[in-house]
Parts: sequence; C-alpha cells; structure tokens
Amino acid sequence: MEKIQIMNEAALERTMTRLAHEILDRNKGTQDLVLVGIKRRGDILARRLACKIREITKKSLKVGTLDITLYRDDFTTIAAQPVVHKTEINFNLNGKKVILVDDVLFTGRTIRAAIDELIDFGRPALIQLVVLIDRGHRELPIRADYVGKNLPTSLKEIVAVRLKELDKADEVVITREEKA
Amino acid sequence: MDWKRKHLLGLEELEVEEIEHILDTTDSFREISTRAIKKVPTLRGKTIVNLFFEPSTRTRTSFELAAKRLSADTVSISAQTSSVVKGETLKDTARNIEAMQIDAIIMRHSMSGAPHFLSRCVKASVINAGDGCHEHPTQGLLDIFTMREKKGSIKGLKVAIVGDIAHSRVARSNIWGLKKLGAEVIVVAPPTLIPMGIEEMGVKVCFSLDEVIGKVDVLNILRIQLERQKCGLFPSIREYSRLYGVTVDRLKKAKKDILVMHPGPVNLGVEMAAEVANDPRTVILEQVTNGVAIRMAVLYLLLQ
Repeated sequence: MEKIQIMNEAALERTMTRLAHEILDRNKGTQDLVLVGIKRRGDILARRLACKIREITKKSLKVGTLDITLYRDDFTTIAAQPVVHKTEINFNLNGKKVILVDDVLFTGRTIRAAIDELIDFGRPALIQLVVLIDRGHRELPIRADYVGKNLPTSLKEIVAVRLKELDKADEVVITREEKA
Repeated sequence: MDWKRKHLLGLEELEVEEIEHILDTTDSFREISTRAIKKVPTLRGKTIVNLFFEPSTRTRTSFELAAKRLSADTVSISAQTSSVVKGETLKDTARNIEAMQIDAIIMRHSMSGAPHFLSRCVKASVINAGDGCHEHPTQGLLDIFTMREKKGSIKGLKVAIVGDIAHSRVARSNIWGLKKLGAEVIVVAPPTLIPMGIEEMGVKVCFSLDEVIGKVDVLNILRIQLERQKCGLFPSIREYSRLYGVTVDRLKKAKKDILVMHPGPVNLGVEMAAEVANDPRTVILEQVTNGVAIRMAVLYLLLQ
C-alpha cells in the first residue's frame, strides 16, 4: 500500500489557525457562535478550533458533539452494525450560528445526516460547515463554507486524518489500494 | 462487536460480550429521551407488534415508547380484545399478524417458553417481554444497567434478590445476567418461595433478610404476588411483611450506600415501606427511565 503524507503536524496547526480566523472574519466575531463536531474526529477538531478562537478573541465558545449513527442512510449496505456513540449538545441551538465541524468531506451523506440531527435539536439561525479536507466525489448538493485543504482524489484512495487524541500523531495521509 | 442475534428470548443464552454491548449501546440511547424532540429516524418504516397475553403497564408502554422514539410504527394487541378469545392459537395469531408484513413481535405470555416457540413459527424478530416464571430479559438488563451506572461495575458486586423467587421471571433474568458479569447473588425468601435446585444457578440461598441486609451492595426487591398468599405459600401478608419487608429500621442496618431496587408495581407496606420507596437510595423511577433506553438499544440491535 502506497502512503503519502499530505499534512504534517505543523501544517495541520497552521491550517486550524487559518480556519479559526476565517470563521471569525465571516461571522464578524463570536456573537451567537457555537461549534458542533461530528464524531469521532470532527469533535476533536471542533474543540481545537474553540481553543484557537479563545486565543484570538479571549472568548470561550460552547462545543457540542454529534453522533450521526442513528441518522445514517446506509445501514442496509454496510456489513457491520456501527457502534452508537453519544450525542452531547448541552445548550439551546435556537437562534445560534452553528459551525459544524468534520474531518473529511466526501459524499456529503454524513453532513446530510448531521444537519437532520441538528435540526431535531432546535432552529439555528444558520449552519456553516468547516472541514479539514475536501476530497470531492459529492453525491448530494452539499458544500463546505471553510476548507482546510482541497484534495482531488480517486475513489480508490483513502484519506485519513490522524489526531493525537485518538491516533499516535497529528497528520493527514492518503493511501492507495494496490491493484491486485 | 458484531451483533448477530435476531431474537431476544432470555439472558441465559447471551454471551458476556453481548450483554455488555447492549449496556454500552443503552448509554448512548438515554440522551435521546432528554431532547426536546424525542425522536430519531433510525427504525423508520419498521413495524413492531406488541402482543400481550398478560396485563402490563410499564413494560408495554416502555416498549411502545422505545419503538416510537426510533420512528418505528407500533400496534398493540391485548389478548382480551383479540381473536384469542375466539380460540385462535398462538401460532395462528402470530402468523396472521406476520402476514401483514411486520418486522418484530414483542410478546408477554403466561407460559414459559412461549416466545421461544413463537420464534420458530415466524420470520420476524421475537422479543420476550416476560414468559411465565421463566425470563424477562429487558427487565434483567435494565436492572443490571442501573446497578452498573450507580456502582461502576458489576464484577464483585453483592446483590440480594428478595421475594417470590419461585414465581419470578425477573429474578431468573437478573441471576443469569448478574452471574455472567461476575456478581455474587443471594436469594432471600421463605423456603416455600425458593425453588428447588436454585443453587445450580450459582446463587446462595438465605431465609433471613436480617442476616444479609448488612452485607450487600444492592437489594433488588420483588413484588409479592398477593394471589400467591391464597395458595398457602406463606401464612399471611402481615407475617411476610414483618420478616421480609424492607422497613426504615431494617434499612438502618444496611450499608450507607446501598442501592434499593424494585421492578414495580410496588405493594407499599408489604415488601417495602413507603418511606423506603421515597429514600434517595431507592431508584425505582430511574429503573423505569433506563427501561426505555434499554428497549431502544435492544430494538436497534435486533432490527437494524
């Protein structure tokens, strides 16, 4: 299996700083802003963005986590039953500007499920999407408002975001399945 | 873990990993019932039939709410208002219901083994909601879930089950599950309410509540079925209450952090004093809340 590093720890750190600035710029500050990360790596990125925003503005944003397992549309097509994790949004979403965070944007189906779940929690003023990597191949009309890196890929390639909290290092790698 | 089972008939046949997987999944489902919109779309398009041949408030409502919160469609049939009174057999009733394209049957029946029989007659998933004196797996699971939540772990926990062990499906499901997860179980009752050979399930038997109350971490108190008293299994309700009822005085002898449980409905003043039912260490209503989450987890695992 061929493996190429797309982002190392320093690059990932710089990208997160830039994304934090872009979010603040577009929303003109932190008024009504909340972060919601999609498990299991989006929620870690959401917490890191909250840290960056605190460093910049000295304001703490609320961070929630979303487990979209129960909203998936592919139960019948995936082999193993996915483990259900907890959704934790301990604040009211009504009228809030929700920044939805995920690691990789691919088909868009995860985001569809996440938006459906968010709306079951209330009526946000708006939802914006931030992703670390946009690898293309959308199957739904969904796009990200903030992108860490656009990464054109083929369907045979696998993009993996690795984060210290769950994996050994902070990096983004792309692997290609060898032809048999 | 990879869930393979189609039916939930009892805790006896479940592996330790399967029980733990249900408990872990339950933890995630509990949050849904605290949302403003208590519904997720997971079982949209599935049809679930509640087939109850015995009366029930808690279990039937709990299963129905669990199914509805997962967006399944539910139908409730009680034996008294169905064709069962015209003499239709269980097999025929079930196969006719199944012909309407349903996905699961939740059944309570007075005969032990009825859901096992049903699971061989139909293609739908069968969930045992209590069969005779045999098992009541979701009650066992929700009791164990509540104990694990309050005490951290089941391993090494000392649990006393007090009451009519002989006729209790709740006791059997508790014993199977708790023993598998490494708890020590003591059954406490007058000799006439202890079934022969119960020791083979790996439990200790004690005829005196006063002897064990100071040593255990959990008291799971069963309902005294008042109709049993007429069969002469114990001399009077009053005597039972005096020897086996959990009173304020008796509870003073227990560990400070004892957990007091009851599957309901409670006969206040018989197996449990009203003051005990309202004690902060008594978690009867939390058991009911957890019951909905357990049943959501079970329906999700079996039907998804």
